[in-house]
Amino acid sequence: MLAFAIRRSLQIVPTILAVVLLIFVLFSVIPGSIVSALSDEGRGAIDAQVAERMQKELGLNDPVHVRFASYVSKLATGDFGTSFRTREPVTSMLAKRAWPTLQLIFAAMLFAIVVGVPLGFIAALKPGGLIDMASMIGAVSGLSMPKFWLGLLLMYLFALTLGWLPSFGYGDGGLMYLILPAVTLGVSPMALLARTTRAAVLEIMTADFVRTARSKGMSELRVVKWHVMRNALVLILTTIGLQFGSLMGQAVVVEKLFSWPGIGSLLVDSVLQRDIPAVQGAILVAVLFFLIVNALVDLLYVVIDPRIKYS
Amino acid sequence: MTAVPLIEVDDLRIDLDVQGRRVAAADGISFRIDRGETFGLVGESGCGKSITALALIGLLRHPLSIGAGRIRFEGREIQNLSPARQRELRGDRIAMIFQEPMTALNPVSPVGRQIAEMFVLHKGKSWREANRLAIEALASVRVPAPERRVKDFPYQLSGGMRQRVMIAIALACGPDLLIADEPTTALDVTVQAEIIELMRDLCAAKGTAVLMISHDLGLVANVCRRVAVMYAGRIVEEQSSDDIFRNPAHPYTRGLVGSLPRLGSRAAHGQSRLQEIKGVVPAITSFPHGCRFNPRCVRVTDVCRTVEPAVDLLDAGGLVRCHHHG
Repeated sequence: MLAFAIRRSLQIVPTILAVVLLIFVLFSVIPGSIVSALSDEGRGAIDAQVAERMQKELGLNDPVHVRFASYVSKLATGDFGTSFRTREPVTSMLAKRAWPTLQLIFAAMLFAIVVGVPLGFIAALKPGGLIDMASMIGAVSGLSMPKFWLGLLLMYLFALTLGWLPSFGYGDGGLMYLILPAVTLGVSPMALLARTTRAAVLEIMTADFVRTARSKGMSELRVVKWHVMRNALVLILTTIGLQFGSLMGQAVVVEKLFSWPGIGSLLVDSVLQRDIPAVQGAILVAVLFFLIVNALVDLLYVVIDPRIKYS
Repeated sequence: MTAVPLIEVDDLRIDLDVQGRRVAAADGISFRIDRGETFGLVGESGCGKSITALALIGLLRHPLSIGAGRIRFEGREIQNLSPARQRELRGDRIAMIFQEPMTALNPVSPVGRQIAEMFVLHKGKSWREANRLAIEALASVRVPAPERRVKDFPYQLSGGMRQRVMIAIALACGPDLLIADEPTTALDVTVQAEIIELMRDLCAAKGTAVLMISHDLGLVANVCRRVAVMYAGRIVEEQSSDDIFRNPAHPYTRGLVGSLPRLGSRAAHGQSRLQEIKGVVPAITSFPHGCRFNPRCVRVTDVCRTVEPAVDLLDAGGLVRCHHHG
């Protein structure tokens, strides 16, 4: 188990390298740079000499492979480089913004699991029943509604009309500020979890071992508790893992909408300004998060399903 | 026999819901099993023997349901009992072993736990006590090193071992009736014999009655005292195991007996190949008029195509449903 954990963690390294390369190549081929982005901001054309000096200072005149080599060698020592915009080390920018993003993602996932999984179970116990129909219609709506639209609706209802919650911002980092963005981000994984759970439970209810459990004289509730739950968990966990990882990406929209000072909004701003080191850093953190979550899910499989052995 | 039979099935009909239309998947099913008796139910796939078993243990689920008839357990009707009362019988007094030992056990639960559940459910034991009893139960089905095996998951056991676990589960509470639905069909031939012998020994020792369901007439006749033959949702013949081989009354039974391979019989009868019953079992939705076996029967006459034969008693004891038996 420990050996597997170590091996599984090492698999992350080549993926990270590939991602670094990809972003680097991407930014060397798309048009525009920090210099042109600054002039586009409406400050008027930058003096040619100044532009040239900036290009040189930031190392943008060097060939791609030289820049790549110097970036990777710095990265190996844990140095993410310096932001073109703020001249601040990217590491400290990320460190400041990592916590709000993690807060948001974990809160969204918590909401998705606590609401979605029980909903799926309840729906599956009486397929075609009222609760099933209602929750599945809700799930489809939740999946198909764009996040920025849902976010605006929630803001309108809970912040403007009812005045229960703050409409946007991080505030003092309190729970009240977290609720709306977390729910907005959590609705689609919640809907997906409800559907996956329902499908998994329905499928498992037809399994032979469930018939065996019934032949033992168990109530349906016991059948679900003792035999269906753990089997369904394997399927549910897969969905949780995948959703968890992709939430980092989805958080970009929500963070921007709610002016949440996380990695997502940093990413959007940095892309617009061609702040390559900051973009690199933000994407790397997102990818790393995705990979770590997936590795953890793989490890959890072994705990839940004894048939899964990694050797 | 004057005593109340252990289980008595009286004119049972099992309905199949085909898109809102009810079709009788089995009907006119009547038989009785006495305490400690071994009774066999034989027939081809789809003849209704497995759903009859599921009806007895109360496990018919939509689209199947009991349409008519009575099931009496120790003289008490059980087909209309509340779900909770049915559950008290199920597992405790009436237990069942299924065909597929690969899938009939929960893959993510240790086998010991799956046995122990029986003691927790029906005997009110604590998990600790139940786990201890599970080791004993595993030992009783002759699984070596049971104290280690209880921790194993089903995938770590062979097919034969899994079926032993199933037997241990079924017999855990000392049921009065064990229903075995094709218990050895999925197993290797050498393992089959061991499992049958184990079941026979354990049930004989505990006085458990057995309802053995199989497509294999030879196996059933070997294990059971009496045998009923089912065809297309009806019992067409019932006799003692000895008589059914010596004097099969129904043409279908004759066909089954004739299709059994027997060593040396080719030479004795000068036959070059096994006999077969021509044709296939009709679909539930389109049973033939008259006798349901008539399209495949070698003795078919006009009356067979129009009039369904009634149940005739045989002189030797037993019954048959055929216009031209004997």
